[in-house]
Amino acid sequence: MAFEDLIGGSIWDEYSQKVQDLMNNPQNQGEITEEDAERIGGKLIVADFGAESCGDAVRLYWVVEEKTNIIKEAKFKSFGCGTAIASSDTMIQLCKGKTVDEAVKITNIDVEHAMRDNPDTPAVPPQKMHCSVMSYDVIKKAAGQYKGVDAESFETEIIVCECARVTLGTLQEVIKLNDLKTIEQITDYTKAGAFCKSCIRPGGHEEKEYYLVDILADVRAEMEQERLKNIADGIVTGTTTATFADMTIVQKLKKTEEVIDEFIRPMLIMDGGNIEIIDIKQERANIDVYMRYMGACVGCASSSTGTLFAIENTLKEKLDENIRVLPI
Amino acid sequence: MRIYLDNNATTIVDRRVKDAMMPFFVEKFGNPNSLHSFASDTHPALKCAMGQLYNGINANQKDDIIITSCATESNNWVLKSIYFDHILNSEKNHIITSEVEHPSIIAVCKFLESLGVEVTYLPVNSQGIVEVATLENAITDKTALVSIMWANNETGMIFPIKEMAQLCQAKGVLFHTDAVQAVGKLKVNVSDVPVDYLSFSAHKFHGPKAVGGLFIRQGKRISPLMHGGEHMGGLRSGTLNVAGIVGMGYALEIANRYIAYEDKSIRYLRDKLEDALLDIPDVFIIGDRANRTPNTVLASIKGVEGESMLWDLNRSNIAASTGSACASEDLESNPIMEAIGADLDLAHTAVRFSLSRFTTEAEIDFVIEKTNEAVKRLRAISSSYAYTPKNHKSEL
Repeated sequence: MAFEDLIGGSIWDEYSQKVQDLMNNPQNQGEITEEDAERIGGKLIVADFGAESCGDAVRLYWVVEEKTNIIKEAKFKSFGCGTAIASSDTMIQLCKGKTVDEAVKITNIDVEHAMRDNPDTPAVPPQKMHCSVMSYDVIKKAAGQYKGVDAESFETEIIVCECARVTLGTLQEVIKLNDLKTIEQITDYTKAGAFCKSCIRPGGHEEKEYYLVDILADVRAEMEQERLKNIADGIVTGTTTATFADMTIVQKLKKTEEVIDEFIRPMLIMDGGNIEIIDIKQERANIDVYMRYMGACVGCASSSTGTLFAIENTLKEKLDENIRVLPI
Repeated sequence: MRIYLDNNATTIVDRRVKDAMMPFFVEKFGNPNSLHSFASDTHPALKCAMGQLYNGINANQKDDIIITSCATESNNWVLKSIYFDHILNSEKNHIITSEVEHPSIIAVCKFLESLGVEVTYLPVNSQGIVEVATLENAITDKTALVSIMWANNETGMIFPIKEMAQLCQAKGVLFHTDAVQAVGKLKVNVSDVPVDYLSFSAHKFHGPKAVGGLFIRQGKRISPLMHGGEHMGGLRSGTLNVAGIVGMGYALEIANRYIAYEDKSIRYLRDKLEDALLDIPDVFIIGDRANRTPNTVLASIKGVEGESMLWDLNRSNIAASTGSACASEDLESNPIMEAIGADLDLAHTAVRFSLSRFTTEAEIDFVIEKTNEAVKRLRAISSSYAYTPKNHKSEL
C-alpha cells in the first residue's frame, strides 16, 4: 500500500462513475408532504439521522401502504459530501417497492455494491465508506417509527465496525482463534478498522461504544487468564502439560520449593544448614534462582562449589535445563 | 476557462521567475561549494537572490536567512532546536503557540509534549486572532519560546505580531512567527518587528515549490537539524537548491512590488466576491475584512457541506478549498471554525476563496454566478432546508 499512500488527495479519483452521476444528478432527492402521502395512499414516515455538526445528516421520507407494509414512495434530503448524497439516493432506490421488513435488511454494504461500476472495484475510497453507513441507519430509524419499536431492535448483534459491518462476537472469536496480537492483524483478518478508522481507538471521527483496542486488550487478558487457569488446574490435578518456563513466577517458586524440600533440604539439614529462595527472575534464556545459605552452610567451603553445583544440577534435572542458581 | 482561487494552498509560478530559474538546470548546473568554474558560474545569481531575500524582509546583513526545503522544515527546525538548545537540560520547559497554527507547528508541539515539554495552545477570539493580553497572561518564567503565525491560512486574519514580538522581547522570551501567509502579501519588515525567527515559503508568492527559508536574528542562532556539510554556514547542510533559491529571491522581489496593487485591486475583487456571498441568505464570513490579507475570504454557507460545495465549484472549473470534513483525508471539521467558537452546525460548511495578483474581475464575476448556482442546487438537496411535517419532531 505504500506506493498508493504516498501522494494524497485522490479521493475523488476513486469515486465510481455511478457515484459521480448520482452526486451531479440525484434521482430521488426531494420531499413528501402529508397531502402527497394521502394521495399516494399510505402513511407518511419521516426519519432523521446524523447532524450537520458532525458533517452529515439525512432525512428520509417514506409512504408505506399499511395493508401490505410496502414502501410505495420514498425521497431523501441530505446534508453531506458526494458519497453521502449518492448513498442516500441509492438507498432510496433500493427501498422502493420493498416491504418495511425487507428494507430493514438493506445494509451500507448493499448500497456501496449497488454504486459500483464493476463488481470488483469499490465505489468509494475506504475513508468514504463511513458516509454510506448513515443511509442504512436512517432506514432502521424509519422502520422503527413505522412499527412503533426502537430502531436498535433491528440489530440483533453489536456492530463494532459499521463501515465493514463486523460484529463484536466475530472480533472476539477471530482474535482468540488466530491468536491475534495487533490492530493491524485484526484489520487484515476482518476488515474492521480499514475504512473510517473511528472504531480503532477513541478520538476518531465518531464516538463509539466499543473500540478495537479495548476489545483486543480484553480478549488478550481473557486468553491470558485462561492460560494461567489451565496451568494451575494442571498442577493441581497432576496433569499439567505446561513446562517450568511457561509457569507464572508464583508457580515457579512453589515448584522450586517442592524440589528443594524433597531432594536438597534433607541433606543440608543433616549437616546443620539450610537455604531459602530469595527470588526467581527470567534473564533472557536463563531462569535465575537467587538463594541464601543459612546455618552451617554459611561460610562452608563447599557452598560455592560442590553444594552449589549439586543444588543447581538437581533443579536443572527436575525443572529446567536453563536454571542458574545464584547465591547471595 | 479554469479559475484558481486556492492561492493560500499554493500559487502559479510567475513566468519571469521560471525563466530566471531555467539556466540553473543545464547551463549552470554546478555545485556552488566546489572549487571550479562550474561552481563559480552560479555565484552571482545566488548572491543576487540572497540579496533579494534580505531586502524582501528588510533583514540586517548580520542576521541569517537560511534556505530550507519548505516552511514545514523551517517550523520544525525552530521548535525542535529550541527544545535541544533551550529546554533539554535547562530550567525552561514551556512553549506557547495558538490553537489555529498550521499542522507543521501543532504536530511538532504534540511531539514535543510527548517528550515532556509543556505546551500552551492559546485560544483565539471570535475574529480568529490571538489577543496580546492572552499571550501576556500565558508567559511564565519557564517559557522558552512563543510561536504565533503572522496571518492565518484559513481566514487570512492578521495577528498583532509586532506587539507580541515586542512583548516577548521585553520579557526575554524567544519569539518565532510562521509568516508563510504574510511574506509576499503584506509588508514584512524584520527591522521594525522584533521577531527572533521567521518562516516563509516560496510557493506561496509565485515562486517554486520545495524551497523556503528561516530568518534567524543576529545572536539567536539555533543548532542545525540537518548535519552533513558546510552549506549555509554549517546551519543547514545539503547541496544548495540553486534554481530554487534564484526563483525564490526573484519571486519575493516581484511579489513585494505588487503589494500595493494587491492591497487595492485584489482587495477590491475579494470584497466584491465577499459582498456577493453575503447577499446569499445564511452566509457568514469569518473575520473583519479590514484586518485580513487582501486575498482571502472564508465563508460559511449554512446547509451546504464543504466537500459538496467544492465538488460543484470544480464542475464549473473553479478551484477553492475547505479544510473541513470529507474533503480532506481525515473526516474532521475545519479546526478554525471550532476555535473561533462558531455555531457547531456551521463547522462543516466553510469554503475558502484565496485570490492572487493573477485573478481577474471576469473570473470573480464567473465565480459569483457559479457559487450562487451551487448554493441553490445543494440547498435544494440539503436536509437543513427540508420540509418538516407538522407532527414530525425534527432530530437534525
